Amino acid sequence: MHVGLFIPCYIDQFYPNAAIATLKLLQKLGVKVSYPIHQTCCGQPMANSGFEHLTTGCNDLFIKNFAEFDYIVSPSGSCVLHVKEHLHSQEEEEKAVNVRKKVYELTEFLTDVLKVDKLSARFPHKVGVHQSCHGQRGLKMSQMTELVAAPFSKPMQLLQMVQDLELVELSRPDECCGFGGTFCVAEEAISVKMGKDRVADHVNHGAQYITAADMSCLMHMEGILRRQNSQVKVLHIAEILNAEEV
Amino acid sequence: MNSRAEILSRIKENQPELTSLPAELTAPLQYADPVAMFSTVLGNIGGTTVPVSSYEEIQDHIKTHFADQKRIVSTLPELSQVTEAGWEGQDPHSYEDIDIAVIRAHFGVAENAALWVTEELMQQRVIPFICQQLAVVVQRKDIYSNMHEAYGQVADSVYGFGTFIAGPSKTADIEQSLVLGAHGPKNMTVFIMDLN
Amino acid sequence: MNTGTKDHAGLADIFNEDEARVDWHDETLWFVRAKRDKAAHTLPEWEALRENASKIKDNVLSNLHDYLLQFEAKAQQNGITVHWAADAEEHNQIVHSILKAQGVSRIVKSKSMLTEECHLNEHLQKSGIEVIDTDLGERIVQLAEEPPSHIVLPCIHKKKEEIGELFHEHLGTPKGESDPQFLTAAARVHLREKFLTRKAAITGVNFAIAETGEFVVCTNEGNADMGAHLADVHIACMGIEKIIPKRKHLSVFLRLLARSATGQPITTYSSHFNKPRAGQEMHLILVDNGRTRQLGRADFRNSLKCIRCGACMNTCPVYRRSGGHSYHTAIAGPIGSILAPNLDMKEYADLPFASTLCGSCTNVCPVKINIHEQLYKWRQVIVKEGYADTKKALAMKAMDFTLSSPFLYKTAGKAGRWVIKNAPFMVNNKLNAWYKQRDMPEPPKQSFSEWYKKNNNE
Repeated sequence: MHVGLFIPCYIDQFYPNAAIATLKLLQKLGVKVSYPIHQTCCGQPMANSGFEHLTTGCNDLFIKNFAEFDYIVSPSGSCVLHVKEHLHSQEEEEKAVNVRKKVYELTEFLTDVLKVDKLSARFPHKVGVHQSCHGQRGLKMSQMTELVAAPFSKPMQLLQMVQDLELVELSRPDECCGFGGTFCVAEEAISVKMGKDRVADHVNHGAQYITAADMSCLMHMEGILRRQNSQVKVLHIAEILNAEEV
Repeated sequence: MNSRAEILSRIKENQPELTSLPAELTAPLQYADPVAMFSTVLGNIGGTTVPVSSYEEIQDHIKTHFADQKRIVSTLPELSQVTEAGWEGQDPHSYEDIDIAVIRAHFGVAENAALWVTEELMQQRVIPFICQQLAVVVQRKDIYSNMHEAYGQVADSVYGFGTFIAGPSKTADIEQSLVLGAHGPKNMTVFIMDLN
Repeated sequence: MNTGTKDHAGLADIFNEDEARVDWHDETLWFVRAKRDKAAHTLPEWEALRENASKIKDNVLSNLHDYLLQFEAKAQQNGITVHWAADAEEHNQIVHSILKAQGVSRIVKSKSMLTEECHLNEHLQKSGIEVIDTDLGERIVQLAEEPPSHIVLPCIHKKKEEIGELFHEHLGTPKGESDPQFLTAAARVHLREKFLTRKAAITGVNFAIAETGEFVVCTNEGNADMGAHLADVHIACMGIEKIIPKRKHLSVFLRLLARSATGQPITTYSSHFNKPRAGQEMHLILVDNGRTRQLGRADFRNSLKCIRCGACMNTCPVYRRSGGHSYHTAIAGPIGSILAPNLDMKEYADLPFASTLCGSCTNVCPVKINIHEQLYKWRQVIVKEGYADTKKALAMKAMDFTLSSPFLYKTAGKAGRWVIKNAPFMVNNKLNAWYKQRDMPEPPKQSFSEWYKKNNNE
């Protein structure tokens, strides 16, 4: 099995540790992983702003970088959802279809493809899980509170395998954090208010860390936590699943 | 082209290819004891259930509980001892001062405590709405579990006006505080009659 | 989006000046969402019901032409006068002409979002006809000279003290009295006088049955019935999409409607109007006003399945924190944001962007409208039609140029971290909107690509 590692642009440049943890975790689980060095961005920021028609360059490059792999894995539910729903190609639509089928968010890849049932990780802290909307409602990584259906959560299932980790319960387990791509600046007031409320739910329930399968939500919440001089930190789920604190 | 023709032609042009109606819902929720469920739900939405086994019991209840009410009307001849005579067939506005109206319902629904009442059971359409308090008599055997069964009962019956009534009139428009008695009845009593 | 003075973001900024009030608004609506969840969970078949309702509505849209004709014929047989209105203006004229023929100059009206959409009150008032809204929430916003901020809870944005003040001024209640029970009792007395003296009543329509020609009006307060059963003339106004095929389909919709809206198992009254009462005139107006156009848009037509429960508003994290008025249209919230661009794409170009696309709206929708997907699709249409703000358009082109070229991306990245300047959270027309209330991420020593090149020479 050869996996192509898809690292979204903002993770590449701001959160290399999340990417490194993803790579190491996959390698630890015996997967052959390569990172196509010429990758840039999936085009989501443009598409969500109404400029999907301008993403052909991004799409073609994405296909070129990733078409050859057995699976494409990324530590971002949102970017994966974008690729799954909106990646097309005028010349090579067959390849695009194939890419859309084999792209996975990291935690769903671990639970659904690798069928991981144990991890050698230890993280002795209280952790709040932020269910990022695109991963949860888009990729169906966790059951949604709106539906009358049996609960499950792929990220939580994995976190429960981490030694000494304590999950905190939230008042609103799957409310949006308000990042929303360009929404975070175009609707600055609402975005910030949503972020403050989301952070408060975690903090009020004693979380020392907020984790998620999407770094963009965490970046937004981190911006708020740091402005508040909070001791609470954000950490991508890969970093916890790969943690070896003693 | 007039608007009717114009609208219809635009619809014809724009409506998508015909899709079929879905099969009816299979096995909607049934309650082991629909009457108990009805009473619980009615209580939750601000009404009261009174089990009775005869019209005398209803009359006694009215005498004891509503003794101070001035104007009590009913469409049930069985209750003529305690209700006003000759009130029917007036201008609907004249019923503004009715304190209590007692009417019959065709049946009730356990899942939402709604009672199906058609025009001929009201005397006048405005009666169940304009009265200060409403009382409804329903037979115990006529309480169904859910709305699918309910519309099975309504079927293709003919009425000028019919309504499901579930509890007293209410509003929560001011800060989501529930207040009973918005424009219609301030409370609702349901006599569940078991003639056996 | 630059759509003049009233865009969603600008109005939301104003709403957010009072954070405690935003918290209160958010909590109040979240409470309604929680009640909805509880009610939905009482029915194990909830998801199957939604699916059923959605399919029935699909059938309606695919056969609307014939259903309308069937409905019209039956309704006429039942003694109802049926009118057709192509747009808001014609609708308002029809109402006016009916009232004029009767010599009526004072009327009562129960809740109808269609008449809000058509601005009927303003139209009638200009012609010297007094309209009293009889739904308590609507009466309150009418006294405040504001539009409703929510389709089910029209004055959810108002605090009881403010309502007390309004009632003191208009209804003569004691100053400082703000108890909801007391204020509701005062409104009851005030509005009862109106019901007893007005000769014409307008109601909305929740469902109209093709098979029987009857229409159903749902209220909790009983105001539609009080108006209709006391008036000599009853005018019911409905959008053409309110048709459902058969009477028995009401079982599906009535199970879903109130549970989705407020968490009640059913509204207090679900009144089926089949024939006028003896001596009464009953009119029904079928209104298009852009609906046939929306029917022709494959990506957006299923917005016409909406039954106006308001669940998408209650669950929307943006609506809860920006208030209904920030949407500057009759129907606020997520559903309003996919309906409004059909009415006026330029005026409402901002609304599809007033969302994080979180998808909660789609999940609560009782007729399974894919609201968040339509928001995304409207964004594409609005940009292509040229209603996007031009600065944003230029930035987006530059972004694609850089992102589709690995060389430019890496070079730009090295020269001061390209993403810092151009990442989604920085590309916009507002100066440093990220930094106003949030810290920037701390740039690491090296990017992942740089790390990878050093550590993983394959």
